[in-house]
Amino acid sequence: MRDYLEFEQPIREIEERIEKLTGSGATRGSVQDEIRKLKTRLAHTEIELYSRLTPWQRTQLARHALRPSVLDYVGAMCRDFVELHGDRAFGDDRAIVGGLARFNGRSVMVIGHQKGKTLKERMQRNFGMPNPEGYRKALRLMKLAEKFKRPLLTFIDTPGAYPGIGAEERGQAEAIARNLLVMARLKVPIVSVVIGEGGSGGALALAVADRVLMLEHAVYSVISPEGCAAILWNNPAKAPEAAAALKMTAHDLLNLRVIDEVIPEPVGGAHRDPHGMAERAAKVLSAHLSQLEELPVAELLARRYEKYRRMGAVAEPPPPAS
Amino acid sequence: MAWFKKHRMPIPETPKRPKVVEGLWLKCNHCREIVYRKEVERNNKVCPKCEYHFPISVAERITMLVDLGTFKEWDAGIEPKDPLVFTDTSSYRDRLKAQQEKTGRKDAIVIGEGAVNGRRIALGVLDFSFMGGSMGSVVGEKICLAVDRALVSRNPLVLVTASGGARMQEGILSLMQMAKTSAAVARLGEAGVPFVSILGDPTFGGVTASVAMLADVIIAEPKALIGFAGPRVIEQTIKQQLPDEFQRAEFLLEHGIVDLIVERKHLKETLTTVLSHFQ
Repeated sequence: MRDYLEFEQPIREIEERIEKLTGSGATRGSVQDEIRKLKTRLAHTEIELYSRLTPWQRTQLARHALRPSVLDYVGAMCRDFVELHGDRAFGDDRAIVGGLARFNGRSVMVIGHQKGKTLKERMQRNFGMPNPEGYRKALRLMKLAEKFKRPLLTFIDTPGAYPGIGAEERGQAEAIARNLLVMARLKVPIVSVVIGEGGSGGALALAVADRVLMLEHAVYSVISPEGCAAILWNNPAKAPEAAAALKMTAHDLLNLRVIDEVIPEPVGGAHRDPHGMAERAAKVLSAHLSQLEELPVAELLARRYEKYRRMGAVAEPPPPAS
Repeated sequence: MAWFKKHRMPIPETPKRPKVVEGLWLKCNHCREIVYRKEVERNNKVCPKCEYHFPISVAERITMLVDLGTFKEWDAGIEPKDPLVFTDTSSYRDRLKAQQEKTGRKDAIVIGEGAVNGRRIALGVLDFSFMGGSMGSVVGEKICLAVDRALVSRNPLVLVTASGGARMQEGILSLMQMAKTSAAVARLGEAGVPFVSILGDPTFGGVTASVAMLADVIIAEPKALIGFAGPRVIEQTIKQQLPDEFQRAEFLLEHGIVDLIVERKHLKETLTTVLSHFQ
């Protein structure tokens, strides 16, 4: 059973009619003709709809309940995955998963946000909103990767770091900041993929990388459209406007030179063909990783530093007349 | 030359109504007591009733920390752009213009060099009165420029913060300033150049979750609100009332998040002592 979003209603209608006709078991030529016609219309409608998504519609797609998660990608792309748990200090935050895996013949460290699929799992994983111990688990695994010279792959999909009392008590800000600092200088190649929702600092804390990739319908922003609308418009219902103003889609970020490549999704989104999606993502990831693996460590770090140093838009004053 | 000179005396505007004593009295942000403004000002802008440290201007901060006449500003001319062509209820460009006129500054930070009891430092001071001290591209770039100079001179970096977090109007580019400034601080650390942050009220979001928390020594001002998520966001998320002193500097000290709390009147002296250990 598909989970339709509001803007997918036209598709739902056609699909339901097809189902009804197929279910009727009629073999008359006219019925078969009708089904064929509807299927053609469906294909056209889909291409039309998904090629012109608004930023807000993309945000909904990026948050889709059935969207493949880091564990789905690891399952499809890697072998011998061993999940490693805990920060060795406070606990195991299930909103972040990580571990060693074999990707195209080499061992890599994989870390990502995990939202969960069923309601029960979502609650266990706090809807993919990590606490400080989650970021500190990630930090521990990053250092493990560095120690054994294994490249790091991270998968980003979070509404944001959890805003809670415990999170503040245990230093949420410090945990995020520490990851930014360590990732900026980690002596192994890092490739990050935004697979769903890139929610602010909570996303960035796993996404300082040599290459940052985004799936076509993923979004990545400094604040959620709802949060931005509540603050700047004083009205959370203005989220669609905020989503557009924030320039948070994959192509926006490519234009702003914040990411390096957009990975196309199957028509209708990654969840319509998770295997095809994983195969495509694996190819792109592998290509980037191979390029990075050829660089000497000093060069890798220098390029990573320069990349971030250049980010932003400032106007220099005209040089003083002499 | 005339024997007599006529001085033009502008006619003073007659006030329509006797002025309310507004301006003479202040309501403390923390204890909510009404306090005499002059007394607060004489007291380094500290509440005489509860020791709450009121926000102070960049100029006051520099005067308070740096030896008289030693401060030299760097890169005052760097200006913000509007990379997203952002518009909410008004455009980012208009907001910037209004803020620039109000503060006489291009953006929400001043960087420069000065001496603290003779010790040369690189200094950055965030300006909360400019769009809530929010970190956009200019703030990020200027923090990095201050780091670059500290790397060359090997003088310690001191950063004084007061900020609501990242600047929404620059979208993802603001978020990237967190990575950019953290990377710069990482290099400072590798070079062994000391970095002290002084967190004023309030310091939140993207500024706390990057440079502010990465200093070798983190000093907070008494009663300052410091955190990752704002109290309103947390309340809405957990649907509970927050404990009274939640996210105050004292709360952070108790939870091991800041090194020390220093009253304004002792700040320069403490900073001098801290830096003397890194000489």
